Amino acid sequence: MLSEFSWAGASAQLTEILLAVLLAPLLLGWVNQCRAWLQNRSGPGVLRPYLTLRKLMAKDAVVAHGASPLFRTAPYIVFGCMVLAAAIVPTLGTDLPYAPAADAIALVGILALARVFISLAAMDIGTAFGTLGARREMMIGFLAEPALLIVLFTASLISQSTSLATTVETLSQRELAIYPSLAFAGVAFTMVSLAENARIPIDNPATHLELTMIHEAMVLEYSGRHLALIEWAASLKLFVYSCIGIALFFPFGIAQGGDAAGLLLALPALAFKLAIGGFLLALIETVSAKMRIFRAPEFLGTAFMLAVLALLIHALLET
Amino acid sequence: MSQFLTPALTGQIINLLAAALLLLSFAMLAQRRILSLINLFAAQGFVLTLSTAFVAWATGQTHLWWSAGLTLALKVLLLPWILHRLIQRLNVKWDVETLLNIPTTMLFGLLLVILAFNLAQPVSALAGTITKGTLGIALAIVLLSFLMMITRSKAVPQVIGFLAMENSLFFAATAATYGMPMVVELGIALDVLVGVIILGVFFFQIRERFDSLDIRHLEKLKEE
Amino acid sequence: MSVTPLAAALALAAAWLAIAAIGVCAPHALRFVAKLLYPLGALVGLALAVTAFVAISQPPDETVLPLGLPDLPFHFRIDALSAFFLLILGSVAAGVSVFAAGYLRPGEGAQPGVQCLWYHLFLASMALVLLANDAYAFMVTWETMAVSSFFLVTSDHRIPEIQRAGYLYLLIAHVGAIAILMCFGVLHGFGDYTFASIRQVELTPFWATVAYLLALFGFGAKAGIVPLHVWLPEAHPAAPSPVSALMSAVMLKTAIYGMLRVTFDLLHTQIWWWGVLALAIGLMTALFGVVFSAVQSDMKRLLAWSSIENIGFIVVGFGLGVTFAAYKMHGLAALALTAMLYHCLNHAYFKSLLFLATGAVLHATRERGLGKLGGLIHRMPWVAWLALVGALATAGLPPLNGFVSEWLLLQAFLFTPSLPDSYLNMLVPVAAAAIALAAALSAYVMVKFYGVVFLGQPREEKLAHAHDAGLWERAGLVWLAAGCVLLGVLPVQVITLIDFVTGPMLGTNLSKATGATHWLFLAPINAERASYSPLLVIVGLAVLTGLAWLAVRRFYHGRVRRAPPWDCGFPLLNARMQDTAEGFGQPVRVVFEPFFRMQRELPSPFDAAPRYRLTIEDHLWYWCYLPVARVVDRLTALVTLLQRGRISVYLLYSFATLLVLLFLVR
Repeated sequence: MLSEFSWAGASAQLTEILLAVLLAPLLLGWVNQCRAWLQNRSGPGVLRPYLTLRKLMAKDAVVAHGASPLFRTAPYIVFGCMVLAAAIVPTLGTDLPYAPAADAIALVGILALARVFISLAAMDIGTAFGTLGARREMMIGFLAEPALLIVLFTASLISQSTSLATTVETLSQRELAIYPSLAFAGVAFTMVSLAENARIPIDNPATHLELTMIHEAMVLEYSGRHLALIEWAASLKLFVYSCIGIALFFPFGIAQGGDAAGLLLALPALAFKLAIGGFLLALIETVSAKMRIFRAPEFLGTAFMLAVLALLIHALLET
Repeated sequence: MSQFLTPALTGQIINLLAAALLLLSFAMLAQRRILSLINLFAAQGFVLTLSTAFVAWATGQTHLWWSAGLTLALKVLLLPWILHRLIQRLNVKWDVETLLNIPTTMLFGLLLVILAFNLAQPVSALAGTITKGTLGIALAIVLLSFLMMITRSKAVPQVIGFLAMENSLFFAATAATYGMPMVVELGIALDVLVGVIILGVFFFQIRERFDSLDIRHLEKLKEE
Repeated sequence: MSVTPLAAALALAAAWLAIAAIGVCAPHALRFVAKLLYPLGALVGLALAVTAFVAISQPPDETVLPLGLPDLPFHFRIDALSAFFLLILGSVAAGVSVFAAGYLRPGEGAQPGVQCLWYHLFLASMALVLLANDAYAFMVTWETMAVSSFFLVTSDHRIPEIQRAGYLYLLIAHVGAIAILMCFGVLHGFGDYTFASIRQVELTPFWATVAYLLALFGFGAKAGIVPLHVWLPEAHPAAPSPVSALMSAVMLKTAIYGMLRVTFDLLHTQIWWWGVLALAIGLMTALFGVVFSAVQSDMKRLLAWSSIENIGFIVVGFGLGVTFAAYKMHGLAALALTAMLYHCLNHAYFKSLLFLATGAVLHATRERGLGKLGGLIHRMPWVAWLALVGALATAGLPPLNGFVSEWLLLQAFLFTPSLPDSYLNMLVPVAAAAIALAAALSAYVMVKFYGVVFLGQPREEKLAHAHDAGLWERAGLVWLAAGCVLLGVLPVQVITLIDFVTGPMLGTNLSKATGATHWLFLAPINAERASYSPLLVIVGLAVLTGLAWLAVRRFYHGRVRRAPPWDCGFPLLNARMQDTAEGFGQPVRVVFEPFFRMQRELPSPFDAAPRYRLTIEDHLWYWCYLPVARVVDRLTALVTLLQRGRISVYLLYSFATLLVLLFLVR
């Protein structure tokens, strides 16, 4: 692998990481703006998340008396994990020198690491909300993670590799072919990413009612720059999941190899796909209602069944 | 336009429609409300029409066009309309009760799918059509519809399961042998129509006797 | 002067026996035993680990010792498989013994010298089990291991629950031992009882299957697979913490060693459904274990059930390996067995680390129930931070060691669609989903364990007097935590060791199957297919986290203000408002309800003193064990009919026996 290392590839990788970190709040802003339009409101503007981050960074961080060093370091670790995840997912091109360091299974593991750290930080202060949020988040986690793994398995079986870069290369190079297993896997993946990113119908990202919170309950005690980093990490997580979905199911336009021209062409393609994806997400959130918490296992169980069906259909129809 | 349709692409489109049928029957298995159940059944009929029409276009067998039209008229328009009116008159729009909870039912459904796929593989190796991979899916949908009939405790979903079974048998016939002779098809369609009408009459009788459409009341009819 | 590894290993085992003997000569001398003998035992363990490390890459070596009975000497042999498990034993025992040096307190259960006797006898017998090369030596050392661990478990023998736990433990250990004995009986055919001659025997598939099933039952009873697991959640918590750590980390692995030895070394071919059976049993064990551990409210029982889950993982890897080997797909079998052996090593390190941490907490707070702990990260920082390493490793998170073996196992599962049987290649990938579920649930359990014990607010006032671990205890914990980190970050080097083990068993190993290996990237099949580099991941994570911290400090500021917790503006926060252990387990209880046998006592609105009580029990106890116990009771009641109390009847029995024998001899 080191023999394939090229400076062009490294600079492409760094560009992609920087782009992900800088554009993730824009995606979040776009989703919120679409939701506002669908609800016939004028909306906060797509740049609102940036202004929120700047406001939060400038404020003092208020930390509870009983907080341990784990509480103060968790936001940095969570942010670092999300940026690492963004480094593995092919967003613009598939020539990623860092890709051999972690494949799809390791990606799921890194996202799990972030989830565990934020749950532990939530339990650190010892309030009822923190532990409530941690318990619910871990429940969503243990239901969604197997479904996500099976979706990635299906894609790996088609491409004979678990490395995301190789998978995307294989899937984008086939001629116009329709894989029914990927259709099933796509539906399952959408359901899983709704759950993992704390979107309706699993969690309401705009709620202020304690008993309907999952993600909000965990970050209730954070303020200032810590909260800014966690919100940034959450928008990065949404970005990463969207890019995984695009890379697996709509990989047209992703540059093969690291040439600058291909990457420049890939950027508008990515922006276009993310815009449509964000609008569809806002649409789903507007037409669905949030489920009560113990319907979430059924929802995620359905996603899991669909993912397993995708695997079986792959075994039946595509081999 | 037919040059655009390579055999590989045709096969893939039919595979996709077959997968959509499987998805719809799983959705029916997981459904709680009778209204959505009837709509899913109509959607299943629609996908069936599409696939029959596509096979007709790709292979040039004209009698399949008639089959597609019959399916559209009967399964997408007439039967759902009858069922809608039935549930409105019987006032049964509430939640479907199941004998097993939904996750367990889906787990059983998954095992049945694995069984069906494995059973169909040696048979589909012998078929000579472009759609031979879909025989497994058709068998799976038959088994899933049967499961739906077993695990429901109200009468209307059981009827819908029976109709879905007939749907998948039709699909199996189209997939494996390019359709059945016209006479057989007309006969089956008429049987299904008459069956639904008779069942509708039955429902009224059951409702009058027990004041409810819960089939567990029928168990009281045994000798004591 | 060169000492062969076998001689060194035997000498070190003898050294442990000597330490045991010295200990029992001075039963009350706490300082002598704790500060001299246990560290000496730790040194012996370290030396054993080094010996095993050297021995792994060398060809097998045998010897015969004239111990035992006059015509039945002990045969000993060291080969790569034994050496690997000796490595686990030695290195973990070193850490645990160092911890135990600081852990022994006066007045707890048995006298220190007697405990030293049983402890080192336990260690020595485990080493000898791994070195045994004939059925007789194996059974003698196996029994010694069971008996010495029984005495260790019942150290605090005045407490009735501990007596009961010990009794159950001994009972199931002996049921398993009978099965192992019968297995050896089937295996040896008509030759003698040494493993060397057993290897020459060619069994028919029927008898090979019988031997395999007996081995699975017997060794499984010791390993704790479902449904033979009921002793584990009782015995591990009853024992003192260093003993729990050793039992969980090493004793369960000797059972795994036994299974591997019988299936791959003593039996020549494997049949595919053996592997599927093991796979199914392992899957059930993993799910059962992790679901039960999520609803426990005693920290040691939680860890015991978590051990059952990890044994389930190991047996799944074993089953997968047997299935692949049965279909002659040896490269893939090597992958599955590598995952399994790696997990044995990993589990030994992270589980013993967690058990020792609970021991330190127990000593500091005198509390075992999760409902009375909390906030200990402030009072016991060393224990808390090292336990965090153990918890993250148990949860299977990158870049620590638990993730590497899980990664390898999932990669092995990804190859199962290439199995020739059509049912298998559809069913087995679904098993991968169940493994993913168990792994995700173990993360849940670890968040519960760590969060309730170390984070949050203290749930009792006396926790304010908790003190951190002593120097010896810290040293033991640091040793094990360092092991977790190193095993996670340097997987390629560990796999080169494991390759020496899988090579003789299967005829191939991972390096031969894949070709070139790169020191930085773990690419078990080929680099295109899958690769993982934990070193790069941990470096990347550290760099990104550091950059984020620096950037925030540089562009903004680092000011912090301390204030009471926000808690949504609620002013009367107290420690009882955080989740209890039962509360944190509620989602698992609701989602996995059919697994449990629950009894709930709910208060009514009219109770003057409302109580809520929840008991969660194991269905299998009521479905399997109680009926068997009832049948045994009835049979023994029938047998007591023989006891008439009249002398003439007993003379009649002797007379009848004499007559029957005379007839037979005719």
